[in-house]
Amino acid sequence: MDIYILGQQLLNGLILGSIYGLIAIGYTMVYGIIGMINFAHGDIYMISAYLTAILLSLIFSLGITSLPVVLLLTLFFAMAITGTYGWAIERVAYRPLRGSTRLAPLISAIGMSLVLQSYVQISQGARNQGVPILIKGVLRLGGEEQFVQITYIQILIVIASFIGMAALTYIILRTSLGRQCRATQQDRKMAAILGINTNRIISTVFVIGSSMAALAGVLVTLNYGSFDFYIGFVIGIKAFTAAVLGGIGSLPGAMLGGIVLGMAEGLFSGFVSSDYKDVFAFGLLVLVLVFRPSGLLGKPEIEKV
Amino acid sequence: MMKRSSWKSLLLTIVIGVLAMAGTANAADTIKIGVAGPHTGGYAAFGEQFWRGAEQACKDINAAGGIDGKMIEVVKADDACEPKQAVSVANRLMDVDNVQAVAGHYCSSSTIPASEIYADADILVMTPGSTNPKVTERQMKGVFRMCGRDDQQGAVAANFIINTLKAKRVAVIHDKDSYGQGLADAMIDKMKALGVTEVLYEGLTRGEKDFNSLVTKVKSVKADALFFGGLHTEAGPLVRQLREQGITAAFISGDAINSADFVTAAGGPQYVDGVYMTFGQDPLTLKTGRDVIEKFRADGYEPEGYTLYAYATVQALTAAMDATNSTNLDKMADWLHGNSVNTVLGEKSWDSKGDLKVSDFVMYQWDAKGKFRQL
Repeated sequence: MDIYILGQQLLNGLILGSIYGLIAIGYTMVYGIIGMINFAHGDIYMISAYLTAILLSLIFSLGITSLPVVLLLTLFFAMAITGTYGWAIERVAYRPLRGSTRLAPLISAIGMSLVLQSYVQISQGARNQGVPILIKGVLRLGGEEQFVQITYIQILIVIASFIGMAALTYIILRTSLGRQCRATQQDRKMAAILGINTNRIISTVFVIGSSMAALAGVLVTLNYGSFDFYIGFVIGIKAFTAAVLGGIGSLPGAMLGGIVLGMAEGLFSGFVSSDYKDVFAFGLLVLVLVFRPSGLLGKPEIEKV
Repeated sequence: MMKRSSWKSLLLTIVIGVLAMAGTANAADTIKIGVAGPHTGGYAAFGEQFWRGAEQACKDINAAGGIDGKMIEVVKADDACEPKQAVSVANRLMDVDNVQAVAGHYCSSSTIPASEIYADADILVMTPGSTNPKVTERQMKGVFRMCGRDDQQGAVAANFIINTLKAKRVAVIHDKDSYGQGLADAMIDKMKALGVTEVLYEGLTRGEKDFNSLVTKVKSVKADALFFGGLHTEAGPLVRQLREQGITAAFISGDAINSADFVTAAGGPQYVDGVYMTFGQDPLTLKTGRDVIEKFRADGYEPEGYTLYAYATVQALTAAMDATNSTNLDKMADWLHGNSVNTVLGEKSWDSKGDLKVSDFVMYQWDAKGKFRQL
């Protein structure tokens, strides 16, 4: 087998896996704290893709052309705006259902996902939209004909996903906010009695989760160059799968799950058949869940008495 | 409690009754035509093309006096390009909207199941854009199309790949859907008849954006041409990733990439430069359509892709209604089989299956400005 092709396929899997991981972090963060699957997460990602295009044209029209400045401004504003979306969604769709059954916020989340999709479709149109190529350049190893390559934006995605995971892990384990989050997760009522404003903590978690979706949205949009109102759906499902595979609730697990899923898809479609790559990836998920029901790095849930 | 709920149901019955009466009263002086296509989901751009075309045709026909003084009305139906939803909107068009003919659907995988519903209701359907052979191969009297067939389209593509491009190693990728895979298979059949076997045959998943693994695989088989059976939403990222990985193989696809959206889906005109596609004679160059095209442009809309096909479909349906003075399936179908209609796409006539007698697939090529021209 050609070593360059193998190397390229491994790299393809790693990049796709990092993209899944980057989005899965947001899923798992929200799940970890309030035990709810936020199905609107993929659509927050989709909204941040639109924000990327809008912000880029705005920034360019102001005459700012320095690449790092443009990228940082875009990231900052996209994360701030989607953070607001996350806060508003939690306030409107999830908080009123806090005391009801576990299924109610789940259904409400699916509804929110449809609302966001339709809202963007109606306000922005159903057509594909594009962003200019912001980060050019590619790293190639090997000769003229045979080489392994990774573009600069792909490198950025891989780095960003690991930094994102590390930063969130640090926040959860080492800061006062993280302690409050963990307390809220363990026993919401007790945490409230001890003086933690649990509503504010949950809002904060949504804001952080959503801004992680924006980090993914900006970078992935710059990578693929095009998007439409529907992109959140498939990638959202995949990222959710990655989060479950790695152990939902665990941040390193989401990253690991993303990379395992990306590698599985990439290698299977590269060397066996791309027709059945999803069958293979989901078959893998089933196998993992049979032997480790709480995922690769997840902790088994202890039934509270 | 009992009393209140029975009052409520009585009120509901009255409301429904009044609405139903309003519905029938309405049906008497207008003729309704259902226009079905994807308006939500990833392929909503095509639904918009259909709707724009049909709406404009309806406006123009009514301005010219309608059908024997009766106004026509178009009813929008959204199938999201999903077979299940296609069946349910088809039922809605029959039972709730009571349309007298249908122009639709877009995706062949929607048209095929929906046409069964129309057949049960004795309603004629003509699709502006479904090219899968099965649409008309099922011996159904009331199914017509305003476009060519994939076996004709695939043959044109295969001829071009083998005889003009002189490609030896042809990779084939499809999107696992009736249209995409059907077109890819039709192309392969013709290619094999010309003595070339494909070096790669793979399906991708609709809705995804990352085809890098597949692209690397194309590279590993050293293909000199890649044929893609599918829609522009996947063709765009596919051709971009192909070029990003430094593969210069010729990229050939079918009628479904005929939209400016293909350029944005690829992320810029530099990626679509040199891409080939098959499509009917460019409607924008036909003399017959010039006035109509001007009307669209006056509204600030470029009638691309299947817009004019939808316009022509409504023209054909109303022409059949006008000539037979009825909306009866048998009468209309017999008339369409025996006569030709002057449409915005030129004069069209149908064979006994409901296919166009003359299909006019030709090759086009995209350039670095994101435009295409006939070769």
